[in-house]
Amino acid sequence: MPAVSKGDGMRGLAVFISDIRNCKSKEAEIKRINKELANIRSKFKGDKALDGYSKKKYVCKLLFIFLLGHDIDFGHMEAVNLLSSNKYTEKQIGYLFISVLVNSNSELIRLINNAIKNDLSSRNPTFMCLALHCIANVGSREMAEAFASEIPRILVAGDTMDSVKQSAALCLLRLYKTSPDLVLMGEWTSRVVHLLNDQHMGVVTAAISLITCLSQKNPDEFKTCVSLAVSRLSRIVSSASTDLQDYTYYFVPAPWLSCKLLRLLQCYPPPEDGAVKGRLVECLETILNKAQEPPKSKKVQHSNAKNAILFEAISLIIHYDSEPNLLVRACNQLGQFLQHRETNLRYLALESMCTLASSEFSHEAVKTHIETVINALKTERDVSVRQRAADLLYAMCDRSNAKQIVAEMLSYLETADYSIREEMVLKVAILAEKYAVDYSWYVDTILNLIRIAGDYVSEEVWYRVIQIVINRDDVQGYAAKTVFEALQAPACHENMVKVGGYILGEFGNLIAGDPRSSPLVQFNLLHSKFHLCSVPTRALLLSAYIKFINLFPETKATIQEVLRCDSQIRNSDVELQQRAVEYLKLSSIASTDVLATVLEEMPPFPERESSILAKLKKKKGPGAVSVTELEDGKRESGELNGSGERGQDAAAMAASNASTPSPSADLLGIRSAAPVNAAPASAGSLLVDVFSEVGPAAPSGAVNDDGFLRFVCKNNGVLFENQLLQIGIKSEYRQNLGRMYLFYGNKTSVQFASFSTTVSCPGELQNQLNVQSKPVEPLVEGGAQIQQVLNIECLTDFSDAPLLNIKFRYGGALQNLTLKLPVTINKFFQPTEMASQDFFQRWKQLSQPQQEAQKIFKANHSMDTEVIKAKLLGLGMALLDNVDPNPENYVCAGVVQTKSQQVGCLLRLEPNAQAQVPVPAAGLPSL
Amino acid sequence: MMQFMLLFSRQGKLRLQKWYVPLSDKEKKKITRELVQTVLARKPKMCSFLEWRDLKIVYKRYASLYFCCAIEDQDNELITLEIIHRYVELLDKYFGSVCELDIIFNFEKAYFILDEFLLGGEAQETSKKNVLKAIEQADLLQEVRPAPLKP
Repeated sequence: MPAVSKGDGMRGLAVFISDIRNCKSKEAEIKRINKELANIRSKFKGDKALDGYSKKKYVCKLLFIFLLGHDIDFGHMEAVNLLSSNKYTEKQIGYLFISVLVNSNSELIRLINNAIKNDLSSRNPTFMCLALHCIANVGSREMAEAFASEIPRILVAGDTMDSVKQSAALCLLRLYKTSPDLVLMGEWTSRVVHLLNDQHMGVVTAAISLITCLSQKNPDEFKTCVSLAVSRLSRIVSSASTDLQDYTYYFVPAPWLSCKLLRLLQCYPPPEDGAVKGRLVECLETILNKAQEPPKSKKVQHSNAKNAILFEAISLIIHYDSEPNLLVRACNQLGQFLQHRETNLRYLALESMCTLASSEFSHEAVKTHIETVINALKTERDVSVRQRAADLLYAMCDRSNAKQIVAEMLSYLETADYSIREEMVLKVAILAEKYAVDYSWYVDTILNLIRIAGDYVSEEVWYRVIQIVINRDDVQGYAAKTVFEALQAPACHENMVKVGGYILGEFGNLIAGDPRSSPLVQFNLLHSKFHLCSVPTRALLLSAYIKFINLFPETKATIQEVLRCDSQIRNSDVELQQRAVEYLKLSSIASTDVLATVLEEMPPFPERESSILAKLKKKKGPGAVSVTELEDGKRESGELNGSGERGQDAAAMAASNASTPSPSADLLGIRSAAPVNAAPASAGSLLVDVFSEVGPAAPSGAVNDDGFLRFVCKNNGVLFENQLLQIGIKSEYRQNLGRMYLFYGNKTSVQFASFSTTVSCPGELQNQLNVQSKPVEPLVEGGAQIQQVLNIECLTDFSDAPLLNIKFRYGGALQNLTLKLPVTINKFFQPTEMASQDFFQRWKQLSQPQQEAQKIFKANHSMDTEVIKAKLLGLGMALLDNVDPNPENYVCAGVVQTKSQQVGCLLRLEPNAQAQVPVPAAGLPSL
Repeated sequence: MMQFMLLFSRQGKLRLQKWYVPLSDKEKKKITRELVQTVLARKPKMCSFLEWRDLKIVYKRYASLYFCCAIEDQDNELITLEIIHRYVELLDKYFGSVCELDIIFNFEKAYFILDEFLLGGEAQETSKKNVLKAIEQADLLQEVRPAPLKP
């Protein structure tokens, strides 16, 4: 029954579609579409009233154009007109248009709702269905407000036609999902449950989706559905394949309904009523039995439908997790599927077995399939199936088979798809730790991981191996020996160098007795890798060197020489330079006793749950960032400034990791989970935190200005942070020049592609400020951080801020972000000391209106002297004591350094403590 | 619940799109682009399911057309495959041995049939006869002044 023969074909539409299809190029298509749009627009605007047919035809054309992917900005009104047409096909097209192109235009929504209301009360089932479909398709809040109370009535009314009931049930489901607060439970709810008993299978099929959703939210209210569902299921399962007529699908009775019933039952615990439970177990057994029967048809539809029910039944069995017999049967059934020739079934069997593996009743049964699963990992041609196999191996692993599984996973890693390597690495690392009986096996495994897939070994993994080695003295010697051997390889991964540096720095003495690994040999081996490593690794190695000086006094001269060379103490990287200078000094002035105390062996880490697990969980769901992580990020920003203490205590090595800013750098456990608010208490970090009281550093979705303002009085910290990205800033200014280091940290485990940043000076600013930046690497690996340096020159005074635009792809989605860079005029302040007399003399000279500004503002916080002082210092001016006759007042002076001129600037802040209102008189002498 | 269904050709041309969750046009286009690319890149013997973001994708190719559905984690992949098949059967029966051209030229009918079969991302009526009856009745109403239907 082709529609065209029915005479409602719209010829104009068919011609238009043919034209589009004949277009040879995208340009031609756009041209044709624009022509058509112009034509339609003129028809709609024309004086002549259009008849219904033409209106329908044009609306349909617009719809077609929209579905091709073009924007449509008119025609909505005409479509709404069609809704009230009394010709069915016109109404139908009107509804289709509205469903596809929803417009939140309130004027239109009222008209649409009106038309829907008319159709709902028309008592014409076809019209009612159309209206219900439209509500279900749009599902907007406005529609929920208008119809959420009406639809339940239609659904349970005795005289409603079956087809209308079906639409009403699913329409209500949609409204409940979008606006649950508007769908009120009531008298209708109990009657809805009884739709499970309805004569009409279609009504049951539709209603059960609604009931399932409502049960999840209000299980008690819908409890009665369990016994009804069981008896319905039992009737279907025991029916002959032809009993249900058209609801039988390829010899399988009502597969959709069966699946939905089994799904509904998964919202509840096993039935308490013995009879109901018995009946249900019988159903489940029947379903399992049927899987063993020869197929009634060779068609794939038959086996799919049958197995769909089987898998849903197995899900229910796993959900109950109380029937050992059924669990084991399910497992055996899935075992058969593992070798099925249908890829789909193998995939699902592996997936389903993963959950069975975690049940105490079926864990052993799952384990019997280990060889098949290993084989799948090796031979499946589809990566998604191999992924499932790896998941299952991970799930079925326990102490008895850990060595075998870890070995298989390691060997698979060598050829594994890039897309799953990182996850595989995490899994191997977790299993190795969890089931390690002797820790030398654990160390071997992790080092193998680094060797095979070093790029995918995240910080968490190598931090963890170090934690464990430090905490277990029985493995330290072995670890030192093994890393030493691993480092012999001509090309070894940087992560290996990190682990090697750390472990030899701590425990190199344990193997130093062997002349083949004497202190000097160890040092030379490490140092031979130095030049190929990134800055953070080099920093770590420098710390290892100073530890060597303590461990082996005979290496002191050699190492001091290394530290002394220009490439170290004059390294352009401040971090490396500082370490070299400090360590050199430390090694030459401190007595051996002091050195031994400062560089003592790391104390054991507090035992805690492996953070790798957390990482794996996160990888599974790239959702919200945990609170602890945010805290770490914030603490990190403090660390950036607190680098002065480095090298002063036994935490030297650990600090080196901390100053490798990474959102998860706390893995070595050096930072306790202290609350963020504890930070301001320490005097040393006062400066950093003066503005933190302004509000907690905004987590995701921080307003760009917010980050900006926090930087007025400070130079370092976290500028921006959301769930994907953290941007840290370190900056320094001298005279009219500044240098800003931007640290872009990828907080996810997924690579950012096409990463690019641009700094722009909008408007006048381009003549006032000169900002130069080097392009960044386009790829930022998951968990990695990249650095960008900006050189800033202040040409003349300015008031706007440069903009930083960041673009990258995350999982295919383009991210675009623009932030204000915290470059403000006060950054170029040079503090100036002056005496009281000078100050007031100059103050008085600056009397012209454009030379001063005064502002009275209410203090947001209690006015603590130290805090205010810190803020003023942060502003960049000199704080002058004994200048103002009133000691309560604060007086500052500074010179703004620009390329073209220097501008002196004086400031007075007069706090009014009683009123809690400071009355500052700030003289801003200007140009 | 099904989140959306896409029909596209081997050349990657989108023929039908049905969204059961509210998304912006931009987001829809992005998803479409991404999925069409992913699915077209897969080889014939590969399995019909894949993980994508936090959803499961179930797809199947019929002649030149790919039918691709996104379902939620707890949904059943195999029954979704048969949803696709039933929809193809409905189109086939309605158009009489359906081909891609039928869906291009009568796209509105393809949407109407889908609405009778699936609503709000859930199966509304799985009986082929009942769905076709509803469509037929609607076709009979065309251009005729509507009168209350006889039961």
